[in-house]
Amino acid sequence: MRRKLLAGPYLIWMIGFIIIPLVLIAVYGLTDKNGAVTLANVIAISTPEHAKALWLSLELSFVSTVICLLLAYPLAMILRKRNIGRGSFIVFIFILPMWMNFLLRTLAWQSLLEKNGVINGILTFLHLPPQSLINTAGAIVLGMVYNFLPFMVLPIYNVLCKIDDNIINAARDLGASFWQTLLFIWIPLSVPGIISGITMVFVPALTTFVISNLLGGSKILLIGNVIEQEFTRGSNWHLGSGLSLVLMVFILISMALIAKYDKNGEGTTF
Amino acid sequence: MKILKKRIQYIAENFYLVLILIFLYAPIATLMVLSFNGSRSRNQWGGFSLQWYAEMFDSASIMAALQNTLVIALVSALVATVIGTAASIAINSMRQLPKTIMMGITNIPMLNADIVTGISLMLAFIAFGISLGFKTILIAHITFNIPYVILSVMPKLKQTNQSAYEAAMDLGATPAYAFYKVVLPDIMPGVLSGFLLAFTMSLDDFIITHFTKGAGINTLSTLIYSEVRRGIKPSMYALSTIIFVVVLTLLIITNFAPNRKKEEH
Repeated sequence: MRRKLLAGPYLIWMIGFIIIPLVLIAVYGLTDKNGAVTLANVIAISTPEHAKALWLSLELSFVSTVICLLLAYPLAMILRKRNIGRGSFIVFIFILPMWMNFLLRTLAWQSLLEKNGVINGILTFLHLPPQSLINTAGAIVLGMVYNFLPFMVLPIYNVLCKIDDNIINAARDLGASFWQTLLFIWIPLSVPGIISGITMVFVPALTTFVISNLLGGSKILLIGNVIEQEFTRGSNWHLGSGLSLVLMVFILISMALIAKYDKNGEGTTF
Repeated sequence: MKILKKRIQYIAENFYLVLILIFLYAPIATLMVLSFNGSRSRNQWGGFSLQWYAEMFDSASIMAALQNTLVIALVSALVATVIGTAASIAINSMRQLPKTIMMGITNIPMLNADIVTGISLMLAFIAFGISLGFKTILIAHITFNIPYVILSVMPKLKQTNQSAYEAAMDLGATPAYAFYKVVLPDIMPGVLSGFLLAFTMSLDDFIITHFTKGAGINTLSTLIYSEVRRGIKPSMYALSTIIFVVVLTLLIITNFAPNRKKEEH
């Protein structure tokens, strides 16, 4: 078949710029400056400074994911109930921020939360004491929820749209309360969307360095900041790669979860 | 009583929708308002002014970054569209196993964290001896754009009728001619929306560009990042506003273009 040859450029490109680069991270992460094989770069995650950053990242991204889920599920249910149809403008405006530059969205929050920012300006205008909002863990969580909420809404909404109305009506006819229908019908049937949403929020939140940089100041370091600094400032690429390998374990777990619960790609964001 | 309860529920739901909308759009709106603020301060309104826009258009570094961003977005989207469309046609004609493997590779950059993709590309460029700069940003953008094209074109290809292509061949068309006259018109909406999506993604990227750009070259995103870390300049608000408006327009076109049929899959 000649048609299969058309995949040639694509395969060469992807091997050259996706597969080999990923292998290189492993090579760098598992060797030292002299090229000797070592696990030191990976074990470096257990030093207090790095372990603290990883733990804080896990903590903040977990909290953000839970908040996103709690905000997104009711939203997706309401949107589905309105029966406006996928691809409608109303659904679109809830998903839209997803495609917008998250650097700019974070910048927007920075100007709101800053010491001389908009929120404190309003508080002063109302003769209320100004608050210190920026450079806190709370500001980072807010930034994460704001940036990644649409990634939770879309997959859940897509899955909810596929649930047959008759199943819901049958449950209600048989006397199930709202909460019973939610617990035994809605949630079990939307697991693929929920899992996909969770990973879509958790992975970028766990690996971010921009949000923590702009909203957390220089004192709060997440694992993403540590890795970024190793590459752009500290220039110990071996250590940075080793820490990235640790991070990739979490990414792989998410990919495995998606593969297990979302076999048909129902919850894909695209 | 029941009607009243329904009514209250409806109002409560609307209230929730509006709250989320405010949460999503108020920060962006604030940024846009600030870009017209005559005062440098963020908590005082100094009257309506276009001075930050004027400052922005006067700045050589911003204009250079704008040019880089547009050239990279356009070229990377074009190359990605060609490679991605060709790959889609090949993948579509494959058997189950190679198809799964190919789609798996396609999914790697989409599921992987941007920071890892960025770092891995940076390491590869340096290992291959390619010095970081315009070229490497372009290669990186093509790399993460190809999957978007494939995922746009594949659904369209699945809908096309294989027999039409074979019929054209039977009637004496060369494969290239049959593709151009029969297959391409069918998948054109997918190719176009893939191109626009790739263009938007390239325009919007920060993290991967941050790691692959090297010193001395900036795109709009990286320029904003370095300026903001040095202290906010209102001209960055003006720039952000323009980027928001452009991306918004592009997204509305890709999603609501009249030739794109709504598909349920």
